[in-house]
Amino acid sequence: MTAPSTDTPTVSAALALGDDALVLSHRLGEWMGHAPVLEEEVALANIALDLLGQARVLLSMAGDEDELAYLREERAFRNLQLVEQPNGDFAHTIARQLYFSTYQHLLHARLAAGDGPFAPLAAKAVKETAYHRDHAEQWTVRLGDGTEESRARMIRACAALWRFTGEMFQPVEGVDVDGAALEAEWLASVEDVLRRATLDVPEGPRTGAWTAGAGRQGLHTEPFGRMLAEMQHLHRSHPGASW
Amino acid sequence: MATAAAQQTARTQPGTGRDGTVGTTDADDAFARAFDAAVAADERIEPRDWMPDAYRATLVRQIAQHAHSEIIGMQPEANWITRAPSLRRKAILMAKVQDEAGHGLYLYSAAETLGTGRDELLDKLHSGRQKYSSIFNYPTLTWADVGAIGWLVDGAAITNQVPLCRCSYGPYARAMVRICKEESFHQRQGYELLLALSKGTPEQHAMAQDAVDRWWWPSLMMFGPPDDESAHSAQSMAWKIKRHSNDELRQRFVDICVPQAESLGLTLPDPDLRWNEERGQHDFGAIDWTEFREVLKGNGPCNEQRITQRRRAHDEGAWVREAAAAHAAKHSRPGAGAPAAPAPTTASADTTGTTGAPQA
Repeated sequence: MTAPSTDTPTVSAALALGDDALVLSHRLGEWMGHAPVLEEEVALANIALDLLGQARVLLSMAGDEDELAYLREERAFRNLQLVEQPNGDFAHTIARQLYFSTYQHLLHARLAAGDGPFAPLAAKAVKETAYHRDHAEQWTVRLGDGTEESRARMIRACAALWRFTGEMFQPVEGVDVDGAALEAEWLASVEDVLRRATLDVPEGPRTGAWTAGAGRQGLHTEPFGRMLAEMQHLHRSHPGASW
Repeated sequence: MATAAAQQTARTQPGTGRDGTVGTTDADDAFARAFDAAVAADERIEPRDWMPDAYRATLVRQIAQHAHSEIIGMQPEANWITRAPSLRRKAILMAKVQDEAGHGLYLYSAAETLGTGRDELLDKLHSGRQKYSSIFNYPTLTWADVGAIGWLVDGAAITNQVPLCRCSYGPYARAMVRICKEESFHQRQGYELLLALSKGTPEQHAMAQDAVDRWWWPSLMMFGPPDDESAHSAQSMAWKIKRHSNDELRQRFVDICVPQAESLGLTLPDPDLRWNEERGQHDFGAIDWTEFREVLKGNGPCNEQRITQRRRAHDEGAWVREAAAAHAAKHSRPGAGAPAAPAPTTASADTTGTTGAPQA
């Protein structure tokens, strides 16, 4: 299986949103046993689990969750490039969480308020993503307004991931939200958090010709293929087996 | 409550230091008598109660090593999170590893009621002065190992830990009630994972059998040395920290596992394992205590790797903990730093409030 059928807008939207949750959940799962404090082992696992739960619902709307997760190749994944970025240090993980969970929370709130096919999922997920967002915001403020070292790391992380943030507001077929309004609200919120963290808003492009919308078209960054190789290896080694 | 009253009386005797340094032996004796009576009456000893120094030290050692085992025990299973073969199994495994971190937290809290800090205990773990369960020094080589750990390792842990729910020290006993509930759930999931493999393709069945072959003997070693070599057993049983001997619990575990292995369609790697009609229990083969001692000494297959990963996580996380402490310090002193209010909580409430979304 190389590519799922993307016949309907609902299927392609379910894949885009489902892949975001699946891939970020996987990255957070990589932290387990490596977190800076035990409380963060619990928190990161908790967020990873919420996202995996969302991914399973969404992928099941598009087909068989395991076929979609384990048997698609890199070019058939529709996730944002932001969520596939490696964990880096804790500041990179937090910056990625801040950018994504703010977007996801605002998106879920809109989807939950509508009457589209994703409203029931979003109604549940909006509570989870409020928690994810709160967690990321608190850590952004702590690290930004902590020590010299944590501040320097947080600045680097926010800057490094900034270029991947424009993609979140590109139109996704089947996701009926006003991208421009979402982006404005996202920017205002992230700027506010960064200000409270005593940090400047990063400079530089957010929508380059290659990055903007690329992940949604199956054009990914190099670390993603390696992530999939690890994720899919066992499943692919036993074709047709059930687990 | 006669014993509680006796403790109260002893505590309020004039001129008596709780550490006994004032030299009033009568009062010391009164404390000791009250403690013994409370233990004899199956009352719970609580953090503020007087207790013998050796009782406190034994509990700190046991609870800390139990906590360490939970957090080192995350590693062999987390090793498979990124390779779990289905999303359902991945979710189960993540939840399990998360529970283990939570168990570590409960247990460090229980240890802290005895007057020692988590940082100090972690330092002892990192420097090798305190141990963790020998079982986590074995590697998880295949996906089936995740099932074998659930079924056998969690099974052995439960057999060991259920009696601890009645342990004489209240905070430990209460932590164990909660932990045992979650562990039983994990054990059933492990069993179910192995069952799916055992009934799956021939390759999956072979994977399950291989895992059980590798984890069986190390699981039996989890009950500790044989009774005649167990240094702490007699005193721990007298204090009702322990309720059964190592060998009793090991036998109980073998008797539970044999029929479960049968229904799994898997064999246990012990040619001497057979039902003994006379005893009404299973006979089983000799454990390789040399291997056990080597693993305890640090020479098991993963000792070095496990402790290195733990130390690295701690060291690489130091700047994060320092940042959190520095931030808290800046915003807790009145008049210091920019926001006057206690920032960490109010800060986030501001923005989440704007969306009108409920807090999780």
